[in-house]
Amino acid sequence: MTMIAQTGAAPRLQTSLSVIILGATLAALATAPMWAGRAELRLLMEALSYLALAQMWNLLAGYTGLVSVGQQAFVGLGGYMFFGLAIFGGMGVLPALGLAAVGTAIIAIPTGWLAFRLNGAYFAIGTWVIAEVFRLGMAQVGSLGGGSGISLPVDVARSLADGRAEREMAMYYIAFAIGVASVALVWGLLRSRWGLAMTAIRDSELAAETVGVSTRRLKFMIYVLTAGFTALAGGFLFLQKLRITPDAAFSVNDWTAFVIFIVVIGGIGTIEGPIIGTVLFFALRQVAADWGTWYLMLMGVIAISVMLVDKRGIWGRIESLTGWHLLPVKRTLD
Amino acid sequence: MTKLLEVSGLTAHYGDFQALFGVDMQVEEGETVAIIGSNGAGKSTFLRTLTGLRPSKGQEIRFCGQQIAGLPADQIHKLGLAMVPEGRRLFRSLSVEENLLIGAAGKRKGPWDLKKIYDLFPDLVAKRNNPGTALSGGQQQMVAIGRALMSNPSLLLCDEISLGLAPKVIKDIYEAVPMIRAQGTSILVVEQDVSQALAVADRIYCFMEGRVSLTGTPDSLSKEQIANAYFGIGEAA
Repeated sequence: MTMIAQTGAAPRLQTSLSVIILGATLAALATAPMWAGRAELRLLMEALSYLALAQMWNLLAGYTGLVSVGQQAFVGLGGYMFFGLAIFGGMGVLPALGLAAVGTAIIAIPTGWLAFRLNGAYFAIGTWVIAEVFRLGMAQVGSLGGGSGISLPVDVARSLADGRAEREMAMYYIAFAIGVASVALVWGLLRSRWGLAMTAIRDSELAAETVGVSTRRLKFMIYVLTAGFTALAGGFLFLQKLRITPDAAFSVNDWTAFVIFIVVIGGIGTIEGPIIGTVLFFALRQVAADWGTWYLMLMGVIAISVMLVDKRGIWGRIESLTGWHLLPVKRTLD
Repeated sequence: MTKLLEVSGLTAHYGDFQALFGVDMQVEEGETVAIIGSNGAGKSTFLRTLTGLRPSKGQEIRFCGQQIAGLPADQIHKLGLAMVPEGRRLFRSLSVEENLLIGAAGKRKGPWDLKKIYDLFPDLVAKRNNPGTALSGGQQQMVAIGRALMSNPSLLLCDEISLGLAPKVIKDIYEAVPMIRAQGTSILVVEQDVSQALAVADRIYCFMEGRVSLTGTPDSLSKEQIANAYFGIGEAA
């Protein structure tokens, strides 16, 4: 196996700092049910789900240049498929979530085939249109409640655990697993031989093609993979809400616009960016959510300001100033 | 000598605009061939069509006897046709050595490996761990050539490798061409710098407005013939 050393030795202080920050964050998150109240736990669950959505959108747009504004298609499909499998298939929560992810990834193959005929801005609009088609289509499915949606029977949530506290704890650990797995997945992918090719595509797609990277195949693979994982987060988000409607499931604002905000301010094309973006987004929401539309305007102003100061986002700026990688990527060719 | 590349009647379009009008070209094994021509003559379009970066379905492009028109770029690359793209286009997040190693991902057998590339361009040894973009223009060009060579191509295509470089640096870069050839790699260079092209090539093709306006060996062509074929006027240059 040909290992390629990371350029320049990261200063020991930065490495220690990374280990301390990551360790402390993981420990705090893993023990959250012991120190956090119910409201905080729910907030953390949502944040961990958003972290997964942001990691997936970043993988797609930040590394392969596929700017999708239709990821809500997969959140919605994941949610609906999870409800369908749990209600009509009688499946438990975990198998239903897993199968909803796999099922959505399979549906992403033909939708990707369609969307990949378009380039750049047309691809972005195309993905949005595809998501709208799913929203309108789902409103026609009577057995899933049509336009007014459907609730998850209490039994399904109860199958997780009997008591309310235990159930919340089980739910939290599902969210924890989804959030951590999304980071681990991107990190693992970037450290695999695909990582070098993905980094090459991010830097220059044309040059990547001239060195024999199968850019189309790799992009398609990433598209399908992110669809599946996005659906997993989607399924979980609606398990938390216990009710799904086409408008909520396929909301471009909730599942794509906010996610793009997170990635863009955090730092597109880095693993750390979506993490920082998620923290900032939720901190901002806690502070400003009561301000009504001012809150949305403030978000817009922040996004534009970050772009004007440094379009690499907050982490991109920190990284270029310090050379620090919280999650270093050692690249390999095999 | 056996034919490495045979192109017949190649055409290319950008929407309604036709960029190539039936170009014929052959490259023999072991040859260095140069394509000269002014801006917009269709040189880069020609290379991009060969390498699968532009659509070529239904055309006649044979490489090592195999029809490659319509194949995706990565498959053409695997068959041994590598390109040094115009403007170098190094991967900015990768180090010099990573830029070189990614070229070898196809694992084709041949004479080129990291050591050989560093022998060819000793300047790169001290910079191996630097980001590719932290180098001078000439060194970046060396990395771009090395990256293409790492795939052990039978035919190396070089798109305007002298572009934007100082004359001294261009000379250094072109000194590598005979050494590359000595390893058995055939070369097709696209150049606006006619003197460089004439100095290294066994044969030249001059492109004008999407057609081959002149072809021959450097010795057999007069300055007037080249000026005429290059600019489309008799007494220029």
